[in-house]
This record gives sequence, C-alpha cells and structure tokens, in this order.
Amino acid sequence: MNARPLARGALALAVVLAIAGTAAGHAFLDRAEPRVGGRVRTPPAQVMLWFTERLEPAYSGVQVVNQAGQRVDRDDGAVGGDGRQLRASLTPLPPGTYRVVWRVLSVDTHVTEGDFTFQVAP
Amino acid sequence: MRRLVSLALSLLVLTLVTSPAGAHGLAGKRFFPSTLAIEDPFVSDELTLPNVLHIKRPASGDEPATRETEISGELSKRITRFFGISIEGELAHLDPDGAPSKTGFGNLEIGLKWQAFTSAEHEALVSLGLGWEVGGTGRKATEAESFDVVTPSVFFGKGFGDLPDSLWILKPLALTGSAGVAIPTRSRTRTVTVEGDEVEEEIERHPHVLQWGFALQYSLPYLTSFVRDVGLPSFFRRLIPLVEVELQTPLDRGQSGHTTGTVNPGIIWAGRFFQVGVEAVVPINERTGKNVGVRAMLHFFLDDLFPTSFGRPLFGK
Repeated sequence: MNARPLARGALALAVVLAIAGTAAGHAFLDRAEPRVGGRVRTPPAQVMLWFTERLEPAYSGVQVVNQAGQRVDRDDGAVGGDGRQLRASLTPLPPGTYRVVWRVLSVDTHVTEGDFTFQVAP
Repeated sequence: MRRLVSLALSLLVLTLVTSPAGAHGLAGKRFFPSTLAIEDPFVSDELTLPNVLHIKRPASGDEPATRETEISGELSKRITRFFGISIEGELAHLDPDGAPSKTGFGNLEIGLKWQAFTSAEHEALVSLGLGWEVGGTGRKATEAESFDVVTPSVFFGKGFGDLPDSLWILKPLALTGSAGVAIPTRSRTRTVTVEGDEVEEEIERHPHVLQWGFALQYSLPYLTSFVRDVGLPSFFRRLIPLVEVELQTPLDRGQSGHTTGTVNPGIIWAGRFFQVGVEAVVPINERTGKNVGVRAMLHFFLDDLFPTSFGRPLFGK
C-alpha cells in the first residue's frame, strides 16, 4: 500500500489544525465543591464549579434549589478566577438534598448545561 | 483518500470566509461520542480521519480467506442546525491467501441527515438519513460495486440520565443505534467467462440488506460531572467504554435471513478537540468469520476547532 498520499493528507490536516487559533472546546463541568453527588457535614457557604473552558460571564449562570424547588442561593452567581470558575453564595442550608443547576456559554459561543445534587447531612 | 483530503481542505477555505454555533452530539447534558462502527444519531461538524479496520474475512465460494485493511475518512458538515451532509471515502487493502494483494479505493459515500427530534430533558435524539454509495467511483478489483446503493435509515440516541436517583449507577448509560435498508439499483450482475470452447455464466444477486446495529456506552464524563464524582484521575474521567453491535441481514434474492455482523467491545477517550477510540471486532457467526479484528479511529470536533467559521452551520445558528 502506498502510504504517501495518506502521509501528505495527515500533514496538511495537522497544519490546518495547528493554525486553528480560535479553537476553544465546549465548556464541560470539570469538578465542583461540594462535589458532584457528594455529602457534606457542614452546610457550605457557597457552591463553586470549575469548567474546562473560559466562560462568557453575561450568559453563564448557576442556581441552587432545595427538594421543594425553592432557590437557596443568593442570586449572585458570577464567573471568577481565570474565567473558568462559576460560583454562587448560599443561604444557611438545613439538612437535605440540594440540586445545582447550571447553564453556561463558553467563549467559543457553545452553550452547555447540567445539574447535580449534593447532600447536607450533619 | 487524496481526493477526500483535497475536498476537505477546499471546504475549509471556503467556509473560513463565511460566518455563523451549535454543538456536537449533545442532547441536554448528554454528550454522545462519535462511535466507531455505528453511524451517529446527530448532525455535526466533525471529521473522522482515519478510521482503520483490520480483519481476516473467511473464504466464500471461490474466494479465498482474505486479510482486509480499510482506512476511511468522513467529513460531516451542518448545512443548518439540524440538517447536515457527509462525505466518506475509503482505501482498501486486500491480501487473499495464496493470491496477490490488491489496493484500491472503495466507492464514495454521500450522506444526508436530518435531526428530527431532540429532547434535552430525556437526553434523546432521532434522526432520519439517506446514504448514497456512488457506484463506479471505487476500484472494482477491491470489491467496489459498479452500481449505486441507496440506504434510507433512522438513527436514535438515548441517555439514561432520567432514571430515578436510586439507580444512579445506571445514569451514565446511553444507547445509540440505527436501522436502514440498503437498496441496490441493480438486482444482479451477470458475468460471462470464456475459456476455450467453454462459456461460463455467473450471476451474482444483490439483495436488499437490512443494516442495523446499536452501541451501548457507559460515560465516565457523565458519571463524574452529573451523577457522582468518584474521584477518578483526569485521564479516566474522559473515558467511555462501549460495546457496538453491527449487523447486516439480507432480505431477499435467495439470501434472506443470512445475518452477518460483529460485536465490538472497546473504549473511547474524548478530549477537548478530538476523540480516539479502539475496539476489538468479534464476528457473531462463522458466516462472518472466525478471526477477531481491530478497529481504531481518530475523530476531530470541528465545531470546537473552528467555532467561528467551519464549525458552524452554513445557514442559521
């Protein structure tokens, strides 16, 4: 099999990909505090989410709700850190299960969304 | 393959000067990776290059057992947010037992796909597609047919993130699949061989073939981002183990019900801009073969590599 055309194609592709200067992936949740699905003894004062890409602050948000669907965050969700972090402060949380719901726009204009729960169980 | 790469590059240049975003295989929070054997249920701006299959096919009739290596590439491009086209080319290397090896292109394949239904809440997708294998564009010696084959298909994807919380361990599961009927534009091929005074006529019949299959996948990214962070190292957080089942069932013309196919257990690693995958290819019966093959794929997310140009639909957002 003649591998030359394939090698040339691969080289051309590598060059094109290397000059893709505006490249930025979808923003996926990398980790969170409290941890996704985790259980904490002490009620957290805030939730912090770290994403894989930088976010557009104006179009990225997070809410935290209790099992009754009532908001328990202080409606102050904001992008911080190096632009990959989203945080919101919380009202004092009684024991229970809470859902963190986020929706973000990465700087490459792709929207991603998700949610997870954590438990407060002293 | 060179033609395919040239076409890809031409399209790139053309669209770099146009504008308008969207997503790869997303339904709500579910990311469906591109599977190696089963066609994806979503439209996308993505490039597979290469997808390599190596397997030994069994002897059939006068044909000896053959070691086969296929190297293919596919470019998928969204025209609108939910409508896309694809073009696929393949280079085949056949190495028959006791005979000289042959190398040549397969027929060009063009696909249209409409993502007709998307449910973010239920992580579900349904698409309708039409594939067209363009007869005569490949090399006959490497088994490219001289006639066209048209394949209307339905594709689906379903994530199980909507299961009750008590079944949290199953939420990262997802199933994708497809079913279509390959309709050849010629019912049979007649071959006449003259040897001395003897004239031999051979008729090969081309049945309609049900092409169906599914991929069952367990997404560790989904587990750690949406269900439970179990503290996996970052490399493992991007792994998606899967099993693909790819089947072909002739429906008529004397071959009805003679199903062939493979079961392909493997794994995909999905990064920011590309994914890589590798699978074993295990024949389901002796008709398909006795030897285990291997398939590997490198796949680029053009919507992330070129978010403001080639990675967007040509029209709309």
